[in-house]
Amino acid sequence: MYTTPFDYHRAVNLDDALKMLADNPDAKLLAGGHSLIPTMKLRLASPSALIDISALDELRGIRTDGDMLILGAGVTHAELLYDKTVAEYAPLMPDMARWVGDPMVRNRGTVGGVVAHADPAADYPAGLLTLGASFKLKSAGGERVVGVDDYFKGMFETALQEGEIVTEIHIPRQAGKGAYEKFRHPASHYAIVGVAALASPEGVKVAMTGAGPKAVRLTQVEQAIGSDLSDENIKSATENAVDAGSLLSDRFASAEYRAHLAGVLAKRALMRVK
Amino acid sequence: MTQLPDSNYKAPDGPQKYIGKAVKRVEDPRFITGQGHYTDDINVHGQLHAAMLRSPYAHAKIGQIDASAALALKGVHAVLTGQDLADAKVGSIPTGWLLPDLKIPPHPAIAHGEVHYVGDIVAVVIAESRALAEDAVALIEVDLEPLDAVSLGSQALAQGAAEVHPEAPGNVAFNWEIGDAAAADELFKQADHVVSLKIRNHRLVPNAIEPRASLAQYQRSSEEFTLHTTSQNPHIHRLMLAAFVLGIPEHKLRVISPDVGGGFGSKIFQYPEEVIVLFAAKKLNRPVKWAARRSESFVSDMQGRDHESEAQLALSKDGKMLALKVDTIANMGAYLTTFAPAVPTYLYGTLLNGVYKFGAVHAKVTGVFTNTVPVDAYRGAGRPEATYLVERIVSKAASELGMDAAEIRRKNFIQPEDFPYQTPVALVYDSGNYEPALDKALGMLGYQDLLKEQAEGRKNGRYIGIGFSTYVEACGLAPSALVGQLGAQAGQWESAVVRVMPTGKIEVLTGSHSHGQGHETTFAQIAAEEFGIPMEDVVIVHGDTGKMPFGWGTYGSRSAAVGGSALKMALGRIKDKATKIAAHLLEAAPEDIEVADGQFKVKGVPEGGKSFFDVALMAHLAHNLPEGMEPGLEAQYMYDPKNFVYPFGTHIAVVELDADTGHVKMIKYVCVDDCGPLINPLVVEGQVHGGIAQGFGQAILEETVYDEEGNMLTGSFMEYSMPRAEDLPMFEIDHTVTPSPHNPLGVKGIGESGTIASTAAVANAVNDALRAFGHHHVDMPFTPEKVWRAMKGGVQDLGQAADD
Ligand SMILES: Cc1cc2nc3c(=O)[nH]c(=O)nc-3n(C[C@H](O)[C@H](O)[C@H](O)COP(=O)(O)OP(=O)(O)OC[C@H]3O[C@@H](n4cnc5c(N)ncnc54)[C@H](O)[C@@H]3O)c2cc1C
Repeated sequence: MYTTPFDYHRAVNLDDALKMLADNPDAKLLAGGHSLIPTMKLRLASPSALIDISALDELRGIRTDGDMLILGAGVTHAELLYDKTVAEYAPLMPDMARWVGDPMVRNRGTVGGVVAHADPAADYPAGLLTLGASFKLKSAGGERVVGVDDYFKGMFETALQEGEIVTEIHIPRQAGKGAYEKFRHPASHYAIVGVAALASPEGVKVAMTGAGPKAVRLTQVEQAIGSDLSDENIKSATENAVDAGSLLSDRFASAEYRAHLAGVLAKRALMRVK
Repeated sequence: MTQLPDSNYKAPDGPQKYIGKAVKRVEDPRFITGQGHYTDDINVHGQLHAAMLRSPYAHAKIGQIDASAALALKGVHAVLTGQDLADAKVGSIPTGWLLPDLKIPPHPAIAHGEVHYVGDIVAVVIAESRALAEDAVALIEVDLEPLDAVSLGSQALAQGAAEVHPEAPGNVAFNWEIGDAAAADELFKQADHVVSLKIRNHRLVPNAIEPRASLAQYQRSSEEFTLHTTSQNPHIHRLMLAAFVLGIPEHKLRVISPDVGGGFGSKIFQYPEEVIVLFAAKKLNRPVKWAARRSESFVSDMQGRDHESEAQLALSKDGKMLALKVDTIANMGAYLTTFAPAVPTYLYGTLLNGVYKFGAVHAKVTGVFTNTVPVDAYRGAGRPEATYLVERIVSKAASELGMDAAEIRRKNFIQPEDFPYQTPVALVYDSGNYEPALDKALGMLGYQDLLKEQAEGRKNGRYIGIGFSTYVEACGLAPSALVGQLGAQAGQWESAVVRVMPTGKIEVLTGSHSHGQGHETTFAQIAAEEFGIPMEDVVIVHGDTGKMPFGWGTYGSRSAAVGGSALKMALGRIKDKATKIAAHLLEAAPEDIEVADGQFKVKGVPEGGKSFFDVALMAHLAHNLPEGMEPGLEAQYMYDPKNFVYPFGTHIAVVELDADTGHVKMIKYVCVDDCGPLINPLVVEGQVHGGIAQGFGQAILEETVYDEEGNMLTGSFMEYSMPRAEDLPMFEIDHTVTPSPHNPLGVKGIGESGTIASTAAVANAVNDALRAFGHHHVDMPFTPEKVWRAMKGGVQDLGQAADD
């Protein structure tokens, strides 16, 4: 077969999914399948079974709780892009969602899938860092909520434990302007570098994805900006602001180039939030 | 070379009903609604599936192959190895074009002894399902002992380089030369300026949207084979497979290529998988199918381009071009496939004259074996490489001499009165008129205003570049006797049969082949025009050796010029006969009969007349035919052209560099092509659009990259970047019309012009923009980091990408 052989289970509800997950440690959850299936086709992943959670109502839906926007893990990129509540509570999300893949990918791929997969080139982690999001993780044994700063650990590495499912993404209402800028790999259209900026009364936050093993806040840029969003200050705070040292380097983009791009994109994003 | 005979193109004397009209393509409804019928859509009773075990090494010795675990799986019918083919005396995959002293190493369908590139087939599983065959492949254990490998042409020529084949010492496949070296040297002595260029034309993956597929069936009772395969030329496939590889009597092999989803050259060639499924179908007495996965296509479809060249252009101080010298290393990959030796020689060296009046042109080409996927014809085949080199060095000359890039071209054009024009590199250009195309394009562009905008922009950190490509290309290779002298093991004529049925419906059988070109529309237009009958009354049949007369297929933009001409000639025969029948029925002389709107009438007599249907019916009933006339209404014509045809034109690209990131955005694209009379402007436009996108793809995005061990680093669409609609501006397209004098339609071919012209135009545009940073030449592809570094002045980091 294209992939290695695997069993397929369709979960009827969340508890069913959690139970199957607990019973099959080698199984993988299947949401939109737009990260998992490509890796299986290349035989980079070979789970013994797939537990399909894409039809679970419990993971769908967009709602609010006071000033908190709550996204079900199964919300698709396309839903994020067009939903009125999301546009009102966290307009930075659709500003990122429009950059994800193409219409097919946006119609199938899910926000929970992105959060669980933690691809270093995924778009949302940058914005989620600036928004101060947190994630509800459920297992057969219980549930917990982990803040974004503690959640993303490294390349494809998160706080998610074996047997846990991401069920919700919690995003505090966005208090100021946000913007996401992306420089795409010309072939895959994944981020070579993506930068999100958010200017709220608490201060300016800037975060970068794609350039390193995981999305990170650009604290040196944040500090240099302070609350001064003048053109001159944005320019001086972003020029040569990112150190190439820890960044990824490949045939298409060296670490030095990625560092340079991060500065350029930070400048562009900050210009849009002033 | 060939002297041009008298013209046999006659301009139509009145308005035309179908030819020249933008008729919508009749094949499109089925393609865009998913009703296309491709090889992999065909499934037959009892069909088995083949899956290939491909070499992960670029060069390795094959040791033990243990297939026991694979064979133990229920439903696995066979595991085939190179030894099985050798034992059965299956022949080597042939090379269809010979050059003097050409080294042709054996090319077994399944590697035997050694593998020579990543993707070379080591073993094959035949099983009940594709899934099972693929699982079984993973269970085969092969001892592969890696050997030294080499992937870059120039490195393969270096002292001590790994040897790809013992049959080709020093990895040299051939040394080839054209033009007068002494005459060129003499002119270089007289030159005021010499412009030098070190230039790379990088390798591309063709990436047809439909991956290759083959389905073989064997009928034991009659010993007949049927092969459905993704082919641009089923008769060539039959000829090679039958006569050279498998020893099947030619009349016992039927090759069918149903709908084919793009070829771009990559489906011309006779491939290993076709041999394998035919061999297995007979051995197992079951139909066997193989269909490529996209990742297989990357390492098994013959690839394109891959030249490293050095060139010098001699000019006088007023910008007259005197002579051109070119030295090219052509990377042929691991084996020589069907047309491979012709591509960097007769399809390249002969085009290095471009549209200019040179005193002398001399080119030397070294064909080199490497441990990479074989390189063969890819849309344009040699001509894009020639055009890129010539147009790039001409623009570089303009840049170095401080001349306008349009004017240096104009100054050196071959003039209309010079045609037919004998170039210093063998070709005789049939017709041309280069300046009107240039002027029209400049007008569409608003060139002078754009130059001002460019100059203004540069002051403000806005980097616009304007790139020209005034190209000529040669298509419809011919005549057969000439291509035979040049080494082709093929003829280059084309066939047409026009079969009129009793009801007046027409079946046109053509030996040319559509895999996106739109024959079902344009050929029907030609046929319907002849009698003024509805296009719906004509059906075009192609792609089946069991139906069509022998024909050489479609590549090199030959369909309209050669296949269309054959059709036109066959139609003439039908018209003659039908006119005689009509005259007989109308009791008039044939000279007094005219045909229009499907009616034969006596000239000057508007009433009465006989319809095309009446005549067709009578031809078949044969109740009342002219004395001695053979019944029926069917004609065949095998058309062997007198010369190539030479489309030309001007393409201009305008790009803007993002000064922050190095990203190149194409902001405008203008072109004026001359392909002679347009049979269908919509179809022409489609061909030009796709061609421009493809050429842009090479200049900006696409690149096949190998590491030094011969591993392909760009083996998926995650790494290999194809052009998308959003990368391109709206194209502004126009035409001039200079008919070819020597074919009955006057047409010249348009299938490759876009690709041939556009790479150079886009690359020249980027280089024009980079002049602001002191560069005279940076090599494509213009990936953002490369452009960013060039803007920073870091050219030394570009490796062989820069020569100044
Ligand atoms: C052509 C293409 C282009 C793309 N371009 C981009 C892009 O530009 N930017 C971008 O950010 N992404 C891009 N993607 C990735 C896309 O956004 C994916 O949809 C996303 O990364 C994963 O979401 P999914 O729902 O498809 O997850 P799946 O592929 O189904 O799952 C991914 C992983 O997460 C696990 N998982 C899924 N859901 C949960 C859950 N609720 N709890 C716990 N684990 C879970 C799965 O077990 C699996 O390991 C692209 C994908 C493709 C195919």
